[in-house]
Amino acid sequence: MSKIGHLVLIDIFKNKIVLIYAIVLLIITWSVFMLEDTSGKGLLTLLNVVLLVVPLMSLLFSTIYLYNSAEFIELLVSQPVKRQQIWLSLYFGLSLSLAGAFVVATIIPLLLFCSLAQALMMTITGFAVTLVFISLGFVASIVSRDKAKGIGIAILMWLYFALLFDGLVLFLLFQFAEYPIEKPMVILSIFSPLDLARINNLMQMDAAALMGYTGAVFKQYFGSGLGLYITGFAMLLWVIVPLFISTRIFKRRDL
Amino acid sequence: MIKIRKLKKSFGKLEVLKSIDLDLSQSECIGLIGPNGCGKTTLFKSILNMVIPTQGEILVNNKSIYGNDIYRENIGFMPQIGRYPENMSIGQVLSTLKSLRPQTKNFDMDLFNQYEIPRLLNKKMGTLSGGTRQKISAVLAFMFNPAILMLDEPTAGLDPLSAEILKDKIQLEKNKGKLVLITSHLLSELDDMVSEVIFMQEGNVTFHKKYTTLMLETKEHTLAKAITHVLKTT
Repeated sequence: MSKIGHLVLIDIFKNKIVLIYAIVLLIITWSVFMLEDTSGKGLLTLLNVVLLVVPLMSLLFSTIYLYNSAEFIELLVSQPVKRQQIWLSLYFGLSLSLAGAFVVATIIPLLLFCSLAQALMMTITGFAVTLVFISLGFVASIVSRDKAKGIGIAILMWLYFALLFDGLVLFLLFQFAEYPIEKPMVILSIFSPLDLARINNLMQMDAAALMGYTGAVFKQYFGSGLGLYITGFAMLLWVIVPLFISTRIFKRRDL
Repeated sequence: MIKIRKLKKSFGKLEVLKSIDLDLSQSECIGLIGPNGCGKTTLFKSILNMVIPTQGEILVNNKSIYGNDIYRENIGFMPQIGRYPENMSIGQVLSTLKSLRPQTKNFDMDLFNQYEIPRLLNKKMGTLSGGTRQKISAVLAFMFNPAILMLDEPTAGLDPLSAEILKDKIQLEKNKGKLVLITSHLLSELDDMVSEVIFMQEGNVTFHKKYTTLMLETKEHTLAKAITHVLKTT
């Protein structure tokens, strides 16, 4: 497993895009903290960037990488190796390089400008969001043989999680404003990895207070140790379930 | 060495293989031929378990290939189009594939040396010409000394000299007792290589005969003419 993963890792690092991605993240992180007058505001801006850019990059890069590796994957399948091992190695190589790029690029400015808890939460968030969206990218690339369709699915996934889901939640909030919907909202947020990431980070900031009663309920659920475990577990499911689905399809697929 | 029993494969409604039965034994060089879309490649891929059949089974060395990944240690596969990670050097790709077959101790470096790959070890895969990549595919197929060689259009894209080297190598391996399975559209090229011929049409095996038997039966001297003869008389 590690050998194929290693090969993918070297291949991706030599492909300069990941390097440029890391540099761009580094510039963004430095500049948000330089431009905003408080670290809290800087963190909030960074969070928004992370929740838009990181999923897009992870989804598109992994989907396109898999399509471009189709012939090489065929060659690997013809070797005495389990298919599952090949697929997971690809995941391992892709996630380690993209998530690694995120951590390397953001950790230093974060540690310099924020509290340790905030810095760690943001780093873990970026790492987890990368893993989740690469996992989703693996699903996008396996459901169709058509590259354009696969990339289209990846973009639609991004639109859904980054933009549409929030709109949906807002819509529900307004529609049912007169009912006590705080608890259902908490449950609803589990269905979006980006919401989970956002809430977890907001809880580390003072911004949670701005969210009113809902915010208080969130704080009660997510701010506590148990809440962290639950969101952590939900994020883990967001990594494992899509990866499991794509692995199952890959194992039975005609190449 | 390879036994195929009632193998069926359909993609949706399209039946690509309609109950194939074949016995392929060692020390043979078998040409798998047939018109486009007759199921050659699907049969090839079925043996490699790249395509999962709808029905039937395949035995390699009397063991079913399903749920068994180790059997592919006995197979060297040369794909029609070999593509590799663009940014990797030839050396890195070779060493990665070596690490996937840790059981192999005796490497066959004949083609590796004859194609002068040592000079190119640091070249990136993305910068190679189609022909050079084809040479790498050939080197990889032979390198692990597999008992079965599966070559999909091996000489397409190779220059005449390299193609000649490959043909000689195929002869050599066959005489060592290996089973070589080749698909090709260049029938003239198969004439001096194959000892058996499998002809497929529309998902069926039309015939599987010794090369010499086929020539005697049709009273022809080349594979191309023999096949034409068979097609005309049936």
